[in-house]
Amino acid sequence: MGSVKAELLRLWKWPATWVLIGVWLVMTLTFGYVFNYLALNGGTNRGDLSQQQLISSMQPENVGAAVVRGLPMFGGAIVLVLAALAVGSGYGWGTWKTTLTAGPRRVSAMAGTLGALGIVVVVLVALTFVVDLGAAVAVASLEGWDWNLPGWAAVEALGAALLIAAMWTGFGVFLGVVTRGPALAVGLGLMWAIVTENLLRGVGSLLGPVESLTKVLPGGSAGNLAGAVGGAGAPGVLTDLSGTTAALFLVGYVVFFVGAATVLKVRRDLV
Amino acid sequence: MIVTTEKLTKRYGDRAVVDEVSLSVRRGEVYGFLGPNGAGKTTTIRMLLGLVKPTSGTAEVLGEAPGTPRALLKVGSLIEGPGFYPYLSGRDNLRVHAARRGVTGTHVEAVLEQVDLVGAASEKFRRYSLGMKQRLGVAAALLGKPELLILDEPTNGLDPAGMADMRDLVRALAAQGQTVLLSSHLLGEVEEICDRVGVISRGRLVAESTVEQLRGDTVLLVRADPIEKAHVLIEGSTLHGDVLHVRETDAGALVRTLVHADVDVQEVRPLRRTLEEVFFEMTGAA
Repeated sequence: MGSVKAELLRLWKWPATWVLIGVWLVMTLTFGYVFNYLALNGGTNRGDLSQQQLISSMQPENVGAAVVRGLPMFGGAIVLVLAALAVGSGYGWGTWKTTLTAGPRRVSAMAGTLGALGIVVVVLVALTFVVDLGAAVAVASLEGWDWNLPGWAAVEALGAALLIAAMWTGFGVFLGVVTRGPALAVGLGLMWAIVTENLLRGVGSLLGPVESLTKVLPGGSAGNLAGAVGGAGAPGVLTDLSGTTAALFLVGYVVFFVGAATVLKVRRDLV
Repeated sequence: MIVTTEKLTKRYGDRAVVDEVSLSVRRGEVYGFLGPNGAGKTTTIRMLLGLVKPTSGTAEVLGEAPGTPRALLKVGSLIEGPGFYPYLSGRDNLRVHAARRGVTGTHVEAVLEQVDLVGAASEKFRRYSLGMKQRLGVAAALLGKPELLILDEPTNGLDPAGMADMRDLVRALAAQGQTVLLSSHLLGEVEEICDRVGVISRGRLVAESTVEQLRGDTVLLVRADPIEKAHVLIEGSTLHGDVLHVRETDAGALVRTLVHADVDVQEVRPLRRTLEEVFFEMTGAA
């Protein structure tokens, strides 16, 4: 418990935590509501979205989908950056050394970091939900739509959002431990989340086995889970796998990333 | 014994960074761990704290295996400079550390006072001077009233005033009965503060004893005329150019002997090897 409290205290007071959460909230508002609202009111909508789809995406009852649709790619990248920075910076600042000589076992120290990051991720998803709901209600009121509060589907979507965010958090933690620094961890993570998987999807159209692989890679699994809970219409969201299959892959990734990072942390010398 | 190691060894590939080091630190003493840069001091200390796993050999810290929570909670340490969150204040950094050690907030204020940092406790760590950072490191090490304090090069990078402050702090802690393992490459520092010394060179412990024992017996330097007559008169004296070296502590008796024999005594003074001379002798020979 002491380790979680300590990590939470330092993450809570870390400007980077709030900058990243703030950036994500601005992004989700901008791309989820502001642009859609402008498109609905005099924009030149020449894309795939019909007016009805635009209205539907901004309805308060669809807020769950709005929260989850951004996480497979951009939201995930932000969570990954936060986790990679939180773990990787400790090597440069020498705080891992201070942590590991304070008393807790290495496993407990790692669990403290993971627990605190988990709480931050829950806060991030909850804030996203609240901000999106506020925006959706504001748009619905401005437009004079009949609207309903989110139902059970939103709970399912929020659960999916948490699982997707947990996977990207685990990925960030894993990279932070492997590279023992923030810069390379963030660079590699962003490269993977935003570039590599998209490139592979491009290659997948030429090579069947690569296409199958891309569906179950971390970003692919996240995209498929988001797609399965109604989060369509955003970059990185896919509909190739069932929600259960995608969720199982994500659980597997969480176990692998967190487990591998913990084993490395416990076994490696801190020099 | 508070710390004992038996043939403690750390190898990276073929290179032994620490080579069969057997040392012991007694309760209540300030133990100086002396050696040139790269001699293996920090690696040894990291092994005592469980940060680095030994390749072979054993170590015990307060009767526990190094790196276990039972051992670590009784040890406070500052290794190769303080490791704190730059965006947090000194006080918040200590609160984070206290939470990990299971120590209450009242201890934080007590240690801040002990290292004279209360006035700057609300400032961000990144704005601290090097001396303040080191003092905060010592404050963190003191949280939870540890039985053993391990300070690795605590005066590194400090200006002379900062070094003097740090030495005063260590002296004050020692006066309160705190056991301290102080690693340093600064001979004066060790000579000034430490009760016993372990000298490490190229990974091997080449000596372990009190500073006095390391320096050896006091020798009297005698300059007299005629020097040959003085040499004959004083048993066991050795002639070094125009002076004698005498293993004799009673300078008065020696002078009386020479004066009664009509020898002009020009100079008599104790000649002691400095720790520096001993150190270079040992580390050069290792």
